[in-house]
Amino acid sequence: MPNKKQIYDRDKVAIGLAIFVALISFPFWFNMGKASPAPEIKLSDKAKAAKQCIAPTAYMRAEHMAILDLWRDTVVRDAKRVYSTNDGLTFNMSLSTGENSCMGCHVTKADFCDKCHNYASVRPYCWDCHIAPKENK
Amino acid sequence: MMENSRRRFIKIAGITAAGFGLKPVTDVLASGGAPKKASPIGDTSAGNKALTAKRWAMIIDVKKMAHEETIHQCVEACHKLHNIPKLDNKRHEIKWIWEEEFKHAFPGQHHEHMSEEIQHAPFLVLCNHCENPPCVRACPTKATFQREDGIVLMDFHRCIGCRFCMAACPYGSRSFNFRDPRPFIEEVQEKFPTRMKGVVEKCNFCAERLAEGKQPACVEASNGALIFGDLNDENSDVRKVLKSNYVIRRKPGLGTGPQVYYMV
Amino acid sequence: MLERALNGSKNYWIWIAALMSVIGVAVVCYLYQLWFGLGMTGMSRDVSWGFYIAQFTFLVGVAASAVMLVLPYYLHHYKAFGKITVLGEFVAIAAVTMCLLFIIADMGQPQRLLNVIFYATPHSMLFWDMIVLNGYLFLNVIVGWNALSAESKGVPPPKWIKPFIYISVPWAVSIHTVTAFLYCGLPGRGFWLTAVLAPRFLASAFAAGPALLILLCLLLRKLTKFDAGTEAIQTLSKIVTYGIIINVFFFFCEVFVACYSQIPEHLDHLQYLFFGLHGKGALVPFMWLSMILMFTGIVMLLIPKIRTNESTLAVACVAIFIGTWIDKGLGMISGGFVPSPLHHVNEYIPTLPEIMITLGIYSVGMLVLTVLYKIAISVKEEAAGIS
Repeated sequence: MPNKKQIYDRDKVAIGLAIFVALISFPFWFNMGKASPAPEIKLSDKAKAAKQCIAPTAYMRAEHMAILDLWRDTVVRDAKRVYSTNDGLTFNMSLSTGENSCMGCHVTKADFCDKCHNYASVRPYCWDCHIAPKENK
Repeated sequence: MMENSRRRFIKIAGITAAGFGLKPVTDVLASGGAPKKASPIGDTSAGNKALTAKRWAMIIDVKKMAHEETIHQCVEACHKLHNIPKLDNKRHEIKWIWEEEFKHAFPGQHHEHMSEEIQHAPFLVLCNHCENPPCVRACPTKATFQREDGIVLMDFHRCIGCRFCMAACPYGSRSFNFRDPRPFIEEVQEKFPTRMKGVVEKCNFCAERLAEGKQPACVEASNGALIFGDLNDENSDVRKVLKSNYVIRRKPGLGTGPQVYYMV
Repeated sequence: MLERALNGSKNYWIWIAALMSVIGVAVVCYLYQLWFGLGMTGMSRDVSWGFYIAQFTFLVGVAASAVMLVLPYYLHHYKAFGKITVLGEFVAIAAVTMCLLFIIADMGQPQRLLNVIFYATPHSMLFWDMIVLNGYLFLNVIVGWNALSAESKGVPPPKWIKPFIYISVPWAVSIHTVTAFLYCGLPGRGFWLTAVLAPRFLASAFAAGPALLILLCLLLRKLTKFDAGTEAIQTLSKIVTYGIIINVFFFFCEVFVACYSQIPEHLDHLQYLFFGLHGKGALVPFMWLSMILMFTGIVMLLIPKIRTNESTLAVACVAIFIGTWIDKGLGMISGGFVPSPLHHVNEYIPTLPEIMITLGIYSVGMLVLTVLYKIAISVKEEAAGIS
């Protein structure tokens, strides 16, 4: 064992470290200067007219994924398919089936769902099975 | 009742014998995982249109089924409604309800001198929604589970595609999505989700239609050859038919308690 | 410790590179499977488990067989196994790793793997299989690694691993028992519905595992300076002899029950495997080959002259390993699915990419084993040099 504290192969280690730092920071410098402004959600006319979702907008924005997760269990496993708010409105607890479902009101998936999901780089697999309403363009 | 308490006893004995002493933990787990945070407002319910029962059951009147046309209508109604893909490769086939000959529907019960009529009669087969379903026992995630009304359902969101349930089902009622089914659905019905590759599926006794107060699609299309109702209700159609007719069930010796009865 | 794996001969690196290239091809095949779905395998609606689950079943046995070293050495202080017990534990680590990979390869939705924990379901045997397999992996890593690092320092293993060693003995039995319970508790699958399945799995495991270990020891003697010792190898060969005889005996118990009772649900599967059913019999030659290999192995091992000669012993071990592999890795799973519960005969034949993925997982196992053995042998060579 050598007594002096020293780094063997100092140059090789330095080059190796440099490559490592470059690789691990790849996402940062790859995306540099490409930051885009947060997208604005575009409500469908139908949603605008309804004025009110199943819960306040802020709550929906933060918790919609949790609600969907909870609802899918409630519908599939507990056979409870009707949601009623405290002020007496009822909704069909379904993502994509029928007038009174989520997509029955928010008929524009591209504007309502995809915009933010793409921006945030999340890819929920809802649409692998659920069928988005046809968008009239 | 006897049946039930015996079953419960066996269950408990099994758990105790396993000696894991995890009862309190397993109780929480058995209720379907950690409790989830409820939505702060509003309430959920089954709705007032839904058809409910203590135990759903089906009777198949084989004589009335003898027409190819009727069988075809039942199968088509179901497969169209539930977005069942038509895959050419037989290995990847998906079916919820289909026809079999007697010797396949009831293996071991046929004999040489059986009447032509029965031998070649088309028998509709589907998930039996067993009272004591082996598939539910086998599933490691409760993706397949039994509802209180007896319907054995699939939770496609949860299925990990291990296919243990397919090995466990003694009726071959389950299909696996060996590939993405979407391109093979002839006419996509928006009212019912498709499936994704890698999950198991099977007949759901039209749980989504019962919720809207409608009979299962095959029953509606069967011209009265299929009877569907609550086995616990003495005045239901199924009970009336069972009282006055001899019926058979598939592989009754296995103790699964199939809830599809065949009137031969 | 680990650094010893980074310092090897040219042949060592060629071998590692070869394994890595097979793994590379397998990864590409697996990505294809992820994209396409399990439809690219030979599995079907009727035969819904295939090669992956069969290899898993076989390898659980190989893993469990480490107990055949651990038990005599630690419980009976059988000194001859002192040098090779850690080799057995490392085989177990490699085998369980492969088991877990095969399970993942077989899943339709592998990204949902953790659902097994989130929605833990004690009435499913798969849940217990997950627990016992991961537990066994953990036990062998702890015990094997600590024993070896103690050896490298020239000190006795720490006392605190004793309980882990004792637990690992029944735990080894449990992994193969629970694996058998996956199959033998299913109604309507007559081929598996037999109480002798778990014992038979264990018997074939205690034949195949030690047979593999004998072959590995002989190989190590050729490639390195490490010598397992004649006594250790001879004792292992006796374990193999008992294991394979008990396995064949259990198999005949099953054959008798099926053939004498003449219950079609049990008989049909055997008929399919050994004679073919409704004109289909892809497995027939394999099953007979398996029988011939196992019997040849038994006869060879029973003759002391052949058993004590290490070259003929090696031949017997190869015969037994392949024989039991066909029995479990080919026949056991397909055989249970054909004929189907509706008595249709649809056969299963694995596809090329499926076989590639299988080879890839075996390569991962061999890679793990190579690295672990490299470390173990280096440590043992050093220790021998010091003393």
